[in-house]
Amino acid sequence: MPTRKLIASSHPPYRHRDYVSTRLRAPEQPLLRVPQFFPDRAGPPIGSTMLAPVDADLTKNGRCNGEPVGERIIVAGRIVDQKGRPLPRALVEIWQANAAGRYTQPTDQHDAPLDPNFLGAGRCESDASGRYSFRTIKPGAYPWQNHPNAWRPNHIHLSLFGSGCGSRLVTQLYFPGDPLLTLDPIFNSVPAGARDLLVAQFDLDRTEPGIALAYRFDIVLRGPRATPREA
Amino acid sequence: MLRQTPSQTIGPFFGFGLVPAQYGFAGAAIGSGTMVTDQVAGQRIRITGQVFDGAGMVVPDALIEVWQADAAGRYGGPAQEPQAGSPDAAFTGFGRVGTGAKPDARFVFETIKPGSVDALQAPHLHVTLFMRGLLRHVCTRIYFSDEREANLRDPVLRAVPHDRRDTLIAWRDETSAFQTYSFDIHMQGERETVFFDV
Repeated sequence: MPTRKLIASSHPPYRHRDYVSTRLRAPEQPLLRVPQFFPDRAGPPIGSTMLAPVDADLTKNGRCNGEPVGERIIVAGRIVDQKGRPLPRALVEIWQANAAGRYTQPTDQHDAPLDPNFLGAGRCESDASGRYSFRTIKPGAYPWQNHPNAWRPNHIHLSLFGSGCGSRLVTQLYFPGDPLLTLDPIFNSVPAGARDLLVAQFDLDRTEPGIALAYRFDIVLRGPRATPREA
Repeated sequence: MLRQTPSQTIGPFFGFGLVPAQYGFAGAAIGSGTMVTDQVAGQRIRITGQVFDGAGMVVPDALIEVWQADAAGRYGGPAQEPQAGSPDAAFTGFGRVGTGAKPDARFVFETIKPGSVDALQAPHLHVTLFMRGLLRHVCTRIYFSDEREANLRDPVLRAVPHDRRDTLIAWRDETSAFQTYSFDIHMQGERETVFFDV
Protein backbone atom coordinates (compact mmCIF):
# COMPACT_ATOMS: atom_id res chain seq x y z
CA MET A 1 0.00 0.00 0.00
CA PRO A 2 1.34 3.44 -0.86
CA THR A 3 1.99 5.54 2.19
CA ARG A 4 1.41 8.79 0.36
CA LYS A 5 -2.20 9.79 -0.01
CA LEU A 6 -3.19 9.78 -3.64
CA ILE A 7 -5.88 12.15 -4.78
CA ALA A 8 -8.24 11.47 -7.63
CA SER A 9 -7.16 12.91 -10.95
CA SER A 10 -8.99 16.02 -12.04
CA HIS A 11 -7.93 15.53 -15.65
CA PRO A 12 -10.13 14.13 -18.41
CA PRO A 13 -9.34 10.76 -19.96
CA TYR A 14 -7.83 10.74 -23.44
CA ARG A 15 -10.80 8.94 -24.93
CA HIS A 16 -14.17 10.50 -24.29
CA ARG A 17 -16.97 8.93 -26.32
CA ASP A 18 -19.08 12.07 -26.67
CA TYR A 19 -16.16 14.15 -28.02
CA VAL A 20 -15.90 12.62 -31.48
CA SER A 21 -12.42 13.91 -32.33
CA THR A 22 -10.89 11.83 -29.51
CA ARG A 23 -11.71 8.59 -31.35
CA LEU A 24 -8.88 8.78 -33.88
CA ARG A 25 -6.51 10.95 -31.87
CA ALA A 26 -6.47 9.58 -28.32
CA PRO A 27 -3.52 7.23 -27.70
CA GLU A 28 -4.65 3.61 -27.45
CA GLN A 29 -1.68 2.33 -25.47
CA PRO A 30 -1.33 3.26 -21.81
CA LEU A 31 1.23 5.98 -21.07
CA LEU A 32 4.60 4.48 -20.21
CA ARG A 33 5.78 5.26 -16.72
CA VAL A 34 9.54 5.76 -16.50
CA PRO A 35 10.33 7.32 -13.13
CA GLN A 36 12.97 9.99 -12.66
CA PHE A 37 14.18 10.53 -16.18
CA PHE A 38 12.39 13.68 -17.22
CA PRO A 39 14.01 17.00 -16.48
CA ASP A 40 12.18 19.16 -13.97
CA ARG A 41 13.44 22.25 -15.66
CA ALA A 42 11.45 25.38 -16.05
CA GLY A 43 10.93 26.24 -19.64
CA PRO A 44 10.89 28.03 -21.89
CA PRO A 45 13.29 30.72 -20.67
CA ILE A 46 11.22 33.65 -21.84
CA GLY A 47 12.55 36.99 -20.69
CA SER A 48 10.34 39.70 -19.21
CA THR A 49 11.77 41.97 -21.86
CA MET A 50 9.68 40.07 -24.35
CA LEU A 51 6.43 40.99 -22.61
CA ALA A 52 4.79 44.39 -22.85
CA PRO A 53 1.93 45.49 -20.58
CA VAL A 54 -0.36 45.80 -23.60
CA ASP A 55 0.12 42.09 -24.26
CA ALA A 56 -2.22 41.47 -21.32
CA ASP A 57 -4.88 43.90 -22.55
CA LEU A 58 -6.83 42.31 -25.39
CA THR A 59 -9.10 45.35 -25.59
CA LYS A 60 -6.05 47.30 -26.81
CA ASN A 61 -3.56 44.92 -28.42
CA GLY A 62 -5.55 44.35 -31.61
CA ARG A 63 -6.84 47.84 -32.27
CA CYS A 64 -6.94 49.02 -35.87
CA ASN A 65 -9.34 51.94 -36.08
CA GLY A 66 -11.36 51.87 -32.87
CA GLU A 67 -12.38 49.82 -29.86
CA PRO A 68 -13.34 46.16 -30.04
CA VAL A 69 -17.03 45.36 -29.78
CA GLY A 70 -18.41 43.48 -26.79
CA GLU A 71 -18.50 43.34 -23.03
CA ARG A 72 -15.17 44.30 -21.44
CA ILE A 73 -14.10 41.94 -18.66
CA ILE A 74 -11.16 41.37 -16.32
CA VAL A 75 -9.91 37.81 -15.94
CA ALA A 76 -7.54 37.51 -13.01
CA GLY A 77 -6.39 35.01 -10.44
CA ARG A 78 -3.52 33.28 -8.74
CA ILE A 79 -1.28 30.51 -9.98
CA VAL A 80 -0.20 28.09 -7.28
CA ASP A 81 1.12 24.56 -7.03
CA GLN A 82 -0.74 21.76 -5.29
CA LYS A 83 0.68 22.79 -1.94
CA GLY A 84 -0.74 26.27 -2.44
CA ARG A 85 2.67 27.85 -3.02
CA PRO A 86 2.47 30.78 -5.45
CA LEU A 87 4.23 30.39 -8.79
CA PRO A 88 5.98 33.64 -9.68
CA ARG A 89 7.00 34.45 -13.24
CA ALA A 90 4.78 31.76 -14.75
CA LEU A 91 3.98 32.48 -18.39
CA VAL A 92 0.25 32.60 -19.20
CA GLU A 93 -0.90 32.76 -22.83
CA ILE A 94 -4.59 33.12 -23.73
CA TRP A 95 -6.59 33.04 -26.95
CA GLN A 96 -10.30 33.21 -27.66
CA ALA A 97 -13.16 34.01 -30.04
CA ASN A 98 -14.50 37.56 -30.29
CA ALA A 99 -17.83 38.74 -28.85
CA ALA A 100 -19.66 37.25 -31.83
CA GLY A 101 -18.10 33.82 -31.37
CA ARG A 102 -15.61 34.07 -34.24
CA TYR A 103 -11.87 33.39 -34.11
CA THR A 104 -9.61 35.58 -36.18
CA GLN A 105 -7.86 32.51 -37.62
CA PRO A 106 -8.89 32.06 -41.29
CA THR A 107 -9.64 28.36 -40.79
CA ASP A 108 -12.59 29.37 -38.58
CA GLN A 109 -15.46 29.40 -41.09
CA HIS A 110 -18.25 30.26 -38.64
CA ASP A 111 -20.58 32.80 -40.26
CA ALA A 112 -20.25 35.50 -37.61
CA PRO A 113 -18.51 38.86 -38.00
CA LEU A 114 -14.83 39.39 -37.46
CA ASP A 115 -13.87 42.39 -35.35
CA PRO A 116 -11.08 44.42 -36.99
CA ASN A 117 -10.12 45.76 -33.55
CA PHE A 118 -9.86 42.46 -31.74
CA LEU A 119 -7.12 39.87 -32.17
CA GLY A 120 -8.18 37.65 -29.27
CA ALA A 121 -4.72 36.64 -28.05
CA GLY A 122 -2.56 37.85 -25.18
CA ARG A 123 0.00 36.85 -22.61
CA CYS A 124 1.48 37.86 -19.31
CA GLU A 125 3.66 36.60 -16.52
CA SER A 126 2.53 36.05 -12.94
CA ASP A 127 3.94 38.43 -10.34
CA ALA A 128 5.92 37.56 -7.22
CA SER A 129 2.78 36.30 -5.45
CA GLY A 130 1.61 34.27 -8.42
CA ARG A 131 -1.04 36.77 -9.52
CA TYR A 132 -1.93 37.35 -13.15
CA SER A 133 -4.52 39.59 -14.83
CA PHE A 134 -5.93 40.14 -18.31
CA ARG A 135 -8.41 42.62 -19.67
CA THR A 136 -10.40 41.29 -22.60
CA ILE A 137 -13.82 41.00 -24.28
CA LYS A 138 -16.24 38.30 -23.16
CA PRO A 139 -16.11 35.65 -25.90
CA GLY A 140 -19.28 34.53 -27.66
CA ALA A 141 -20.59 30.98 -28.06
CA TYR A 142 -20.22 29.31 -31.44
CA PRO A 143 -21.49 26.20 -33.22
CA TRP A 144 -19.24 23.24 -34.02
CA GLN A 145 -19.59 19.97 -35.87
CA ASN A 146 -19.37 17.43 -33.05
CA HIS A 147 -23.08 16.51 -33.05
CA PRO A 148 -26.35 18.04 -34.35
CA ASN A 149 -26.86 21.58 -33.04
CA ALA A 150 -23.63 21.50 -31.01
CA TRP A 151 -22.47 24.82 -29.48
CA ARG A 152 -19.35 25.52 -27.47
CA PRO A 153 -20.00 27.45 -24.26
CA ASN A 154 -18.26 30.82 -23.86
CA HIS A 155 -14.64 30.02 -23.10
CA ILE A 156 -11.10 31.35 -23.09
CA HIS A 157 -8.15 29.06 -23.86
CA LEU A 158 -5.12 29.23 -21.56
CA SER A 159 -1.60 27.82 -21.84
CA LEU A 160 0.72 27.77 -18.83
CA PHE A 161 4.32 26.91 -18.13
CA GLY A 162 4.95 26.10 -14.49
CA SER A 163 8.04 24.85 -12.77
CA GLY A 164 8.80 21.93 -15.05
CA CYS A 165 7.67 19.59 -17.79
CA GLY A 166 5.18 17.90 -15.47
CA SER A 167 3.33 21.12 -14.76
CA ARG A 168 2.66 22.15 -18.37
CA LEU A 169 -1.05 22.91 -18.76
CA VAL A 170 -3.36 23.84 -21.61
CA THR A 171 -6.96 24.33 -20.54
CA GLN A 172 -10.13 26.37 -21.02
CA LEU A 173 -11.86 28.83 -18.70
CA TYR A 174 -15.67 28.87 -18.64
CA PHE A 175 -18.19 31.36 -17.23
CA PRO A 176 -20.68 30.81 -14.40
CA GLY A 177 -24.31 30.18 -15.28
CA ASP A 178 -23.67 29.25 -18.91
CA PRO A 179 -26.55 26.97 -20.00
CA LEU A 180 -24.30 25.32 -22.60
CA LEU A 181 -21.97 23.85 -19.98
CA THR A 182 -24.13 20.81 -19.21
CA LEU A 183 -24.35 20.07 -22.95
CA ASP A 184 -20.65 20.44 -23.84
CA PRO A 185 -18.72 17.17 -24.28
CA ILE A 186 -15.34 18.87 -23.84
CA PHE A 187 -16.29 20.43 -20.48
CA ASN A 188 -18.02 17.20 -19.43
CA SER A 189 -14.97 15.10 -20.26
CA VAL A 190 -13.62 16.30 -16.90
CA PRO A 191 -14.57 14.12 -13.90
CA ALA A 192 -17.82 15.46 -12.41
CA GLY A 193 -16.28 16.62 -9.14
CA ALA A 194 -13.58 18.64 -10.87
CA ARG A 195 -15.60 20.56 -13.48
CA ASP A 196 -16.14 23.51 -11.16
CA LEU A 197 -12.37 24.08 -11.24
CA LEU A 198 -12.79 25.28 -14.84
CA VAL A 199 -15.57 27.78 -14.11
CA ALA A 200 -14.42 31.31 -13.27
CA GLN A 201 -16.20 33.09 -10.42
CA PHE A 202 -17.79 36.52 -10.69
CA ASP A 203 -15.64 38.85 -8.56
CA LEU A 204 -17.27 42.14 -7.62
CA ASP A 205 -14.22 43.34 -5.69
CA ARG A 206 -12.02 43.18 -8.73
CA THR A 207 -14.36 44.95 -11.15
CA GLU A 208 -13.28 48.28 -12.61
CA PRO A 209 -16.29 50.48 -11.83
CA GLY A 210 -17.73 51.98 -14.97
CA ILE A 211 -15.37 49.96 -17.15
CA ALA A 212 -15.37 46.19 -16.75
CA LEU A 213 -16.79 43.30 -14.74
CA ALA A 214 -14.31 40.84 -13.30
CA TYR A 215 -13.98 37.07 -13.13
CA ARG A 216 -11.60 35.25 -10.85
CA PHE A 217 -9.88 32.12 -12.16
CA ASP A 218 -7.30 30.52 -9.89
CA ILE A 219 -5.02 27.91 -11.40
CA VAL A 220 -3.37 24.95 -9.68
CA LEU A 221 -0.40 23.40 -11.47
CA ARG A 222 1.29 20.18 -10.57
CA GLY A 223 4.37 20.80 -8.50
CA PRO A 224 7.83 19.41 -9.15
CA ARG A 225 8.61 15.78 -8.48
CA ALA A 226 7.81 15.87 -4.77
CA THR A 227 4.13 15.95 -5.65
CA PRO A 228 2.45 12.55 -5.41
CA ARG A 229 1.58 11.23 -8.81
CA GLU A 230 -2.09 11.40 -9.52
CA ALA A 231 -3.87 8.15 -10.14
CA MET B 1 -3.18 18.96 -1.38
CA LEU B 2 -5.04 21.09 -3.92
CA ARG B 3 -6.54 19.52 -7.01
CA GLN B 4 -4.87 20.36 -10.29
CA THR B 5 -6.73 22.57 -12.72
CA PRO B 6 -8.05 20.07 -15.29
CA SER B 7 -6.62 19.93 -18.79
CA GLN B 8 -8.74 20.73 -21.86
CA THR B 9 -8.01 20.38 -25.55
CA ILE B 10 -6.00 23.10 -27.28
CA GLY B 11 -8.70 23.15 -29.99
CA PRO B 12 -8.15 23.90 -33.68
CA PHE B 13 -7.57 27.68 -33.55
CA PHE B 14 -4.47 28.19 -31.39
CA GLY B 15 -2.21 29.34 -34.24
CA PHE B 16 -2.87 33.09 -34.11
CA GLY B 17 -2.25 33.08 -30.37
CA LEU B 18 0.62 30.65 -29.76
CA VAL B 19 2.61 30.74 -33.01
CA PRO B 20 1.33 33.92 -34.70
CA ALA B 21 4.14 34.44 -37.22
CA GLN B 22 3.73 30.91 -38.59
CA TYR B 23 0.05 31.61 -39.29
CA GLY B 24 0.52 35.05 -40.83
CA PHE B 25 -0.19 37.16 -37.76
CA ALA B 26 1.95 39.90 -36.29
CA GLY B 27 3.58 39.55 -32.93
CA ALA B 28 6.64 37.96 -31.43
CA ALA B 29 6.44 34.29 -30.55
CA ILE B 30 8.09 32.68 -27.56
CA GLY B 31 9.31 29.88 -29.81
CA SER B 32 9.42 28.74 -33.43
CA GLY B 33 10.90 26.03 -35.59
CA THR B 34 14.11 28.00 -36.02
CA MET B 35 15.96 27.39 -32.78
CA VAL B 36 19.44 28.29 -33.98
CA THR B 37 21.17 31.56 -34.70
CA ASP B 38 24.73 32.11 -35.87
CA GLN B 39 25.79 32.46 -32.25
CA VAL B 40 24.61 29.02 -31.14
CA ALA B 41 27.33 26.40 -30.75
CA GLY B 42 26.91 22.88 -32.03
CA GLN B 43 26.16 20.65 -34.99
CA ARG B 44 23.27 22.05 -37.04
CA ILE B 45 20.51 19.54 -37.66
CA ARG B 46 16.99 19.54 -39.06
CA ILE B 47 14.20 17.37 -37.62
CA THR B 48 11.10 17.02 -39.75
CA GLY B 49 7.97 14.90 -39.77
CA GLN B 50 4.19 14.68 -39.69
CA VAL B 51 1.59 13.65 -37.15
CA PHE B 52 -0.86 10.87 -38.12
CA ASP B 53 -4.23 9.99 -36.61
CA GLY B 54 -5.71 6.51 -36.18
CA ALA B 55 -7.02 6.51 -39.76
CA GLY B 56 -3.55 7.30 -41.12
CA MET B 57 -4.57 10.85 -42.00
CA VAL B 58 -2.08 13.63 -41.44
CA VAL B 59 -3.03 15.98 -38.58
CA PRO B 60 -3.09 19.63 -39.76
CA ASP B 61 -3.92 21.23 -36.41
CA ALA B 62 -1.35 19.97 -33.92
CA LEU B 63 1.08 22.04 -31.87
CA ILE B 64 4.48 20.50 -31.20
CA GLU B 65 6.85 21.84 -28.58
CA VAL B 66 10.41 20.59 -28.14
CA TRP B 67 12.74 21.21 -25.26
CA GLN B 68 16.37 20.17 -25.36
CA ALA B 69 19.80 20.65 -23.89
CA ASP B 70 22.55 22.60 -25.65
CA ALA B 71 25.49 21.00 -27.46
CA ALA B 72 27.22 20.39 -24.13
CA GLY B 73 24.17 18.76 -22.55
CA ARG B 74 23.09 21.76 -20.45
CA TYR B 75 19.57 23.13 -20.19
CA GLY B 76 18.86 26.85 -20.51
CA GLY B 77 16.49 28.80 -18.35
CA PRO B 78 16.19 28.75 -14.58
CA ALA B 79 17.66 25.38 -13.74
CA GLN B 80 16.19 23.61 -10.74
CA GLU B 81 18.82 20.96 -10.63
CA PRO B 82 22.53 21.56 -10.41
CA GLN B 83 24.42 21.22 -13.65
CA ALA B 84 28.09 21.73 -14.39
CA GLY B 85 28.90 24.91 -16.26
CA SER B 86 26.70 27.51 -17.89
CA PRO B 87 24.31 26.73 -20.72
CA ASP B 88 24.81 28.34 -24.15
CA ALA B 89 23.34 31.81 -23.62
CA ALA B 90 22.44 32.07 -27.31
CA PHE B 91 20.28 28.94 -27.24
CA THR B 92 16.91 28.65 -25.45
CA GLY B 93 16.47 24.97 -26.29
CA PHE B 94 12.77 25.59 -26.85
CA GLY B 95 10.93 25.21 -30.15
CA ARG B 96 7.25 25.42 -31.03
CA VAL B 97 5.58 24.66 -34.38
CA GLY B 98 1.94 24.43 -35.49
CA THR B 99 1.38 21.83 -38.19
CA GLY B 100 -1.24 24.01 -39.94
CA ALA B 101 1.42 26.41 -41.11
CA LYS B 102 2.49 24.25 -44.08
CA PRO B 103 0.19 22.74 -46.74
CA ASP B 104 1.42 19.20 -46.06
CA ALA B 105 1.13 19.72 -42.27
CA ARG B 106 4.85 19.03 -41.91
CA PHE B 107 6.78 20.30 -38.92
CA VAL B 108 10.41 21.34 -39.20
CA PHE B 109 12.81 22.18 -36.39
CA GLU B 110 16.16 23.71 -37.29
CA THR B 111 18.26 23.13 -34.22
CA ILE B 112 21.49 21.61 -32.94
CA LYS B 113 22.26 18.09 -31.90
CA PRO B 114 21.89 18.09 -28.10
CA GLY B 115 24.69 16.79 -25.93
CA SER B 116 24.14 14.05 -23.36
CA VAL B 117 22.75 15.56 -20.15
CA ASP B 118 24.48 12.93 -18.03
CA ALA B 119 26.66 9.89 -18.48
CA LEU B 120 23.67 7.59 -18.94
CA GLN B 121 21.25 9.40 -21.18
CA ALA B 122 21.60 9.47 -24.95
CA PRO B 123 21.11 12.78 -26.81
CA HIS B 124 17.40 13.49 -27.09
CA LEU B 125 14.69 16.13 -27.25
CA HIS B 126 11.62 16.24 -25.03
CA VAL B 127 8.41 16.59 -27.07
CA THR B 128 5.01 17.86 -25.94
CA LEU B 129 2.13 17.44 -28.37
CA PHE B 130 -1.26 19.16 -28.35
CA MET B 131 -4.19 18.96 -30.77
CA ARG B 132 -7.92 19.13 -31.20
CA GLY B 133 -9.28 15.80 -29.98
CA LEU B 134 -6.53 15.46 -27.38
CA LEU B 135 -8.04 16.36 -24.01
CA ARG B 136 -4.61 16.19 -22.35
CA HIS B 137 -1.29 16.74 -24.05
CA VAL B 138 1.08 13.83 -24.60
CA CYS B 139 4.85 13.72 -24.05
CA THR B 140 7.45 11.72 -25.90
CA ARG B 141 11.15 11.87 -26.76
CA ILE B 142 13.16 12.10 -29.96
CA TYR B 143 16.38 10.04 -30.07
CA PHE B 144 18.76 9.79 -33.02
CA SER B 145 19.41 6.81 -35.30
CA ASP B 146 23.14 7.64 -35.51
CA GLU B 147 23.60 7.43 -31.72
CA ARG B 148 23.22 3.68 -31.58
CA GLU B 149 25.72 3.01 -28.81
CA ALA B 150 24.36 5.76 -26.60
CA ASN B 151 20.78 4.66 -27.27
CA LEU B 152 21.60 1.13 -26.09
CA ARG B 153 22.66 2.53 -22.71
CA ASP B 154 19.84 5.02 -22.30
CA PRO B 155 17.67 4.11 -19.28
CA VAL B 156 14.47 5.53 -20.74
CA LEU B 157 14.83 3.70 -24.05
CA ARG B 158 15.69 0.52 -22.16
CA ALA B 159 12.43 0.84 -20.24
CA VAL B 160 10.47 0.88 -23.51
CA PRO B 161 9.30 -2.49 -24.84
CA HIS B 162 11.78 -3.56 -27.50
CA ASP B 163 9.26 -3.66 -30.34
CA ARG B 164 8.19 -0.06 -29.70
CA ARG B 165 11.61 1.62 -29.33
CA ASP B 166 11.80 2.53 -33.01
CA THR B 167 8.87 4.90 -32.54
CA LEU B 168 11.23 7.17 -30.58
CA ILE B 169 14.06 7.23 -33.13
CA ALA B 170 14.54 10.05 -35.61
CA TRP B 171 16.05 8.51 -38.75
CA ARG B 172 18.98 10.17 -40.44
CA ASP B 173 18.30 10.93 -44.09
CA GLU B 174 21.55 9.91 -45.79
CA THR B 175 20.50 11.49 -49.08
CA SER B 176 20.30 15.02 -47.70
CA ALA B 177 23.34 17.30 -47.73
CA PHE B 178 22.10 19.00 -44.58
CA GLN B 179 22.02 16.76 -41.50
CA THR B 180 18.32 15.87 -41.57
CA TYR B 181 16.29 13.45 -39.45
CA SER B 182 12.76 12.17 -40.00
CA PHE B 183 10.45 11.73 -37.04
CA ASP B 184 6.77 10.95 -37.59
CA ILE B 185 4.31 10.71 -34.74
CA HIS B 186 1.48 8.15 -34.82
CA MET B 187 -1.38 8.63 -32.37
CA GLN B 188 -2.79 5.13 -32.76
CA GLY B 189 -2.29 1.81 -34.54
CA GLU B 190 0.60 -0.60 -34.99
CA ARG B 191 3.16 2.19 -35.10
CA GLU B 192 1.67 4.19 -32.21
CA THR B 193 4.39 6.40 -30.76
CA VAL B 194 5.37 5.70 -27.17
CA PHE B 195 3.97 8.44 -24.94
CA PHE B 196 5.32 8.83 -21.42
CA ASP B 197 3.62 9.37 -18.10
CA VAL B 198 5.63 12.35 -16.85
